[in-house]
Amino acid sequence: MSTPTAVPKPIAGTSGWLDDRLGAGNFLKRNMRKIFPDHWSFLLGEIALYSFIILLLTGTFLTFWFKPSMGHVIYDGPYEPLKGVMVSEAYASSLHISFEVRGGLLMRQIHHWAALLFIAGMMVHMLRVFFTGAYRKPRELNWIIGVLLLSLALFEGLTGYSLPDDLLSGAGLRITQGVAISLPLVGTYISFFLFGGEYPGEDVISRFYTLHILLIPGILVALVTAHMILMWVQKHTQMPGKGRTEQNVVGAPFYPAFMAKAGAYFLFTFAVLAGLGTFAQINPIWLFGPYTPADISAGSQPDFYMGFLEGSLRIMPAWEINVLGYTIPLSVIIPALVPLGIVMTGLALYPFLERWITGDNREHHIADRPRNNPVRTSIGMAGITFYGVLWLLGANDEISANFQISLYATTWFGRIAIFVLPAIAYVVTYRMCLGLQRKDADIIGHGVESGVIQRLPHGEFIEVHVPPAEDIEAHMRGKEAIPMIDGAEASETDGVPPRGLRGPVGRLRARMSQAYGGEKIPLDAGHGNGHGDGHGEHHAAIGSGTGDDKSLTH
Amino acid sequence: MTDHTPGTELPEDRAPKRVIGTPSPASGTSLLGREEQAGEAAVPGVHPPDEKKARRAERIAALCFFITFLSGIGFIASYVAFQVNTVDNTAVSNLALGGTLTLALLGLAVGIVVWVRGVMPKYNLVQERHPMRSDAETRSYVGETFLQGAQESGITKRPLLRRTLLAAAAPLGLAPLVLLKDLGPLPETKLRHTVWSPEHNGGKELRLVVEGSGQPIRAADFNSPGGLLSVVPEGYEHDLTALAKATLILINLRPEEIKSGTNKNWMHNGIVAYSKICTHVGCPAALYEQTTHHILCPCHQSTFDATDGAKVIFGPAARPLPQLPIGVDSEGYLVAKGDFAVPVGPSFWERGDAEAEVRNQGRTS
Repeated sequence: MSTPTAVPKPIAGTSGWLDDRLGAGNFLKRNMRKIFPDHWSFLLGEIALYSFIILLLTGTFLTFWFKPSMGHVIYDGPYEPLKGVMVSEAYASSLHISFEVRGGLLMRQIHHWAALLFIAGMMVHMLRVFFTGAYRKPRELNWIIGVLLLSLALFEGLTGYSLPDDLLSGAGLRITQGVAISLPLVGTYISFFLFGGEYPGEDVISRFYTLHILLIPGILVALVTAHMILMWVQKHTQMPGKGRTEQNVVGAPFYPAFMAKAGAYFLFTFAVLAGLGTFAQINPIWLFGPYTPADISAGSQPDFYMGFLEGSLRIMPAWEINVLGYTIPLSVIIPALVPLGIVMTGLALYPFLERWITGDNREHHIADRPRNNPVRTSIGMAGITFYGVLWLLGANDEISANFQISLYATTWFGRIAIFVLPAIAYVVTYRMCLGLQRKDADIIGHGVESGVIQRLPHGEFIEVHVPPAEDIEAHMRGKEAIPMIDGAEASETDGVPPRGLRGPVGRLRARMSQAYGGEKIPLDAGHGNGHGDGHGEHHAAIGSGTGDDKSLTH
Repeated sequence: MTDHTPGTELPEDRAPKRVIGTPSPASGTSLLGREEQAGEAAVPGVHPPDEKKARRAERIAALCFFITFLSGIGFIASYVAFQVNTVDNTAVSNLALGGTLTLALLGLAVGIVVWVRGVMPKYNLVQERHPMRSDAETRSYVGETFLQGAQESGITKRPLLRRTLLAAAAPLGLAPLVLLKDLGPLPETKLRHTVWSPEHNGGKELRLVVEGSGQPIRAADFNSPGGLLSVVPEGYEHDLTALAKATLILINLRPEEIKSGTNKNWMHNGIVAYSKICTHVGCPAALYEQTTHHILCPCHQSTFDATDGAKVIFGPAARPLPQLPIGVDSEGYLVAKGDFAVPVGPSFWERGDAEAEVRNQGRTS
């Protein structure tokens, strides 16, 4: 084995040539050894990124054969059951890709699976960022970009999903049109402009095609690039731990370790998608048949990311208002716009609302453990439950059929659960967070069980507790009190609230700040009592090992 | 980009317990023997692996890369060997291409991970962060320069320039929107008519034909109560835009089952025709339960009572499925005697309460 002492000539020559022209050396000097912190949850966003790259690759392949036209042709391909049937060119060319192009079916299936993984990856990545508070200053802009990416990805999925012009995708398109036309004032115009006249017309596939392969992916590429650059410039957040502060970043260098790991992760993602594309059939359009507005199959289900919209449409009661000769179809508008609006707007505004409530203007680079911000975590869980109920109800016909439950009972369950379950989720999560905080405080205060039983002189048996491992303790001590706006407490006591906290909005802000902020269960409160939520806690000193820890029995 | 050099600072052990597969730094004999062992202190935060384990990792990684090499060849060979053009062949080709591709990618991925974890050092490097905001001096420099530039440009003190520039931009900005006008025709009253209207066909009453086969329906043949047919207008069997509004379900009801919501004048011998297009968001309401006479839309489960003018009995649809007036022609085939009295399909802003209008007209005339 030999260790090279100089950069090999071909590399040195090329890079020298480039540096002469670009001055890239300065950039590389700063960035080759850029440190990336390590945590499994930091890889979730990468799944989305790599799926997106695979989408671009496989999608380009598909465009070589796909014909975005709704013109009629008589199918004359190898799929016997459809021979002689009048289909659209889009559908015929999708079948052509599937059955007459080598690797075509594989690419089609990888493309579809990658689309699902792209959105699923974005969702879990976003949840990670949310629950760890990684959207806080200075990362609010990147968070907004993320929300935009997710919204656009949903639209990208919808436009792509409609292209093969099969019976299932047509049902989705029909629902989309039904929603579009229901919009007050502009609905019919939007529908007529989108479809080039009455539904379905002959234009929508070619228009969706342009949106799907040019406009939206173009914006997506731009936003993903911005997302990456911001992440790079602001440096990744890190989990609390030994030696990690708000002023540093601890981990592995970009070159060579992180680079290689990221490359391997891309290949893993690709391998999983290729495996799915090979072994797990998806969207077998030949079984669905060509689209006609006169037919539908029972049990039609959209791709998973549209399920929540489907569910909200299903559980909505039949409200429709007629005023002065105009119609407002609330039974369509509310379920189509309100849940999506709540989720997306809520996500986009959350960093700013949190900052308004806590008055926290500092930069944050240490990620929160979800338990350490109970209100945020509970809001997140309530949001997930809200989304989850809608998503589940998007398949209520399947649930009804498979579990022998009355269809209408599932709908009624949904109508109630959509309000009740998020509230329950909030309360349960809140209690769990406090419980977990108590457990941390207990470990810091009492240490961990050592497994050594000791007999005291007066005959009592105790288990000896020892201080926790250094790294675990450092991880726990990464917790800090959530800030409150100055004077928030004054408004509740006799004190005079500061100027900004007077008036109804100010008082609400002060009250929310008090509920949101502060230290619910202080880590080192072994000797104090009566804090936060009013539970008194009586910790014994480390090693005393009395074993009856009251804090766990609350 | 970041404005500092990557200063490495004192190492910090992240976790005392070792990650599986990585050597303990204490017992590690390093790549270059003694020299590097001292080097562990020289490059803080970089813990080289144990040479024996590194060699093992190297061999595993090499095996993985070799698998990828073979799979890559297998992929190309599969492309040549397995033709498509029939469903069975496609299945074989898909399996061969996909299987080799998956294996190739997986081999490469695993190999690189083994390489990173087994051969590369374990890193625990520390880099400083700096606040994102630029320092005060820079900020004030930028502010001053901005003002200076604005002044030099004259935009602040020459209102004529400023205002005409804004005025110039406004219509130009609107131009792209204007261009989009021809995306589609205006709605006008198109949503209120279907091809069933005799006026649309020069006074001819269109026959009802069975969807799919295109067979006209003789009323006498469709005489068993409980039957259901999906029906389209003759001559428009392949006109999807016409079908999106004109598709019907034809149901035969027993006379005693018919309730007041159904317009009996628009029926023929117990046969009633409803629009198949759901009044919620337009899916075909295709499911029919014979015993209860419920029509169910499979998309969002709006349920209509076929015996009572397709009145909504459950789900998000707010209006009944419109009924089409039918009768028979001279040869005894079912025909449409007129258009739907109200717009079919999903509700829209300009629709208004068309049902009430029809009721009022019936009362006044």
